[in-house]
Amino acid sequence: MSSLSIIKSSIGKKLLMALSGLFLVIFLTQHFLINITSVISADIFNALSHFMGTNPIVQFILQPILIFGVIFHFLMGFYLEIINYKSRNNRYSSYSGNQNASWISRNMIYSGGVVLLFLVLHFIDFWIPEINYKYVEALPDDPNRYHEELVHKFVNPIRVGLYTISFIFLSLHLLHGFSSSFKTIGVDSKYYNPIQKFTFIFSTLIPAGFIFIAIFHYLTG
Amino acid sequence: MKLFLKIWRQNNNKSKGKIVKYQINDISPDMSFLEMLDVLNEKLIYEGNDPVSFDHDCREGICGSCSLFINGRPHGPERGITTCQLHMRKFKDGDTITIEPFRANSFPIIKDLVVDRSAFDRIQQSGGYISINTSGNTQDANTIPIKKEDADSAFDAATCIGCGACVATCKNASAMLFVSAKVSQFSNLPQGQVEANQRVLNMVNKMDEEGFGNCTNTGACEVECPKGISIKNIAKMNREFLKAKL
Repeated sequence: MSSLSIIKSSIGKKLLMALSGLFLVIFLTQHFLINITSVISADIFNALSHFMGTNPIVQFILQPILIFGVIFHFLMGFYLEIINYKSRNNRYSSYSGNQNASWISRNMIYSGGVVLLFLVLHFIDFWIPEINYKYVEALPDDPNRYHEELVHKFVNPIRVGLYTISFIFLSLHLLHGFSSSFKTIGVDSKYYNPIQKFTFIFSTLIPAGFIFIAIFHYLTG
Repeated sequence: MKLFLKIWRQNNNKSKGKIVKYQINDISPDMSFLEMLDVLNEKLIYEGNDPVSFDHDCREGICGSCSLFINGRPHGPERGITTCQLHMRKFKDGDTITIEPFRANSFPIIKDLVVDRSAFDRIQQSGGYISINTSGNTQDANTIPIKKEDADSAFDAATCIGCGACVATCKNASAMLFVSAKVSQFSNLPQGQVEANQRVLNMVNKMDEEGFGNCTNTGACEVECPKGISIKNIAKMNREFLKAKL
């Protein structure tokens, strides 16, 4: 059986969606662990950011994989949403979806869409200036600029508000998506309860932590 | 009881359907939902009108023939029952009840509330069986020792009556609960493991061919299933499918 035939199947597409989501969860975790150091020590944050921003493996191998993962997850998500929508051309005049499934699980496309809009903002805020600094203007390497740049971004209360809203939607997205991914990859049901508990803890703590970082720098910056 | 009914009427798969309103009086709270529709149909026939077509057979919750999407939910507001087991005492005098067919592209409407669920039959025919010649000297199934939990999980999966409520309620019109139940009922037992790989590949392939949507693990199917089939079967089917592919 070829791997191509797996991808063509409905379960294969679900599997790719789940694996790309879990990959992004790993990235989100490391991103949070680095960012949280910004409230503890500017030096540690600068050192970690400088490493991430200059290490060739991170820059030229991991970063392209990450960008591919993000784009793939969103494109596959929209593609599956369209296919699923088209599987029922005639809609119900009365449909009580809230009686048997959570709003979060039924509206992943909306929470994902907000996260996508946030990523556009985030790229404009951080990634594009970073690329401009390093490769367009080719400014001299400054290992101590990262913390100051971060704090500067969160001076604006509108940006802090947008980040807060976005992370609330990310939390909603993770609350269903994280545990759902494990079901998709076929994890045995005896592990569901611990996975569900971990999903709740992860999906609330990590986005809450990001919100805390944004508000912390707004208040202290 | 006096009831106001909003029922989907559609002559055939090609014609355009619409909701038609009816008022019905003197309904006993002890009637089943289908008996209430019988009363409506008698009234319609007496008045010279076309009766409402709906599926039914055993009227005991066993056969899986009855369907109906009642007030936004398959088999109505009660959990763990089919439409034929739903009684009018679950509604209040003066209620408005919306009745629609199970909707999915893979379940085309035949007439009014009757849909063609033969896609399920074709999925079943693609692998939902065990190839054993039962004539002659077939070994007695009871001679093979089976763990209690395996027997229980196989039996639980086998209680699926193939009514299609899972497809009807799923926002994606996915048939994965049905297919996974049919896969699990065999793969949980040693007799079914011989053909397990080919079975899951064939059944998932047929399910995709029939045009059902993808499962997004909302869990709605499990809630609405009249037999309480668990979505754990879907994870098991995913596991079986990947194992068979790889």
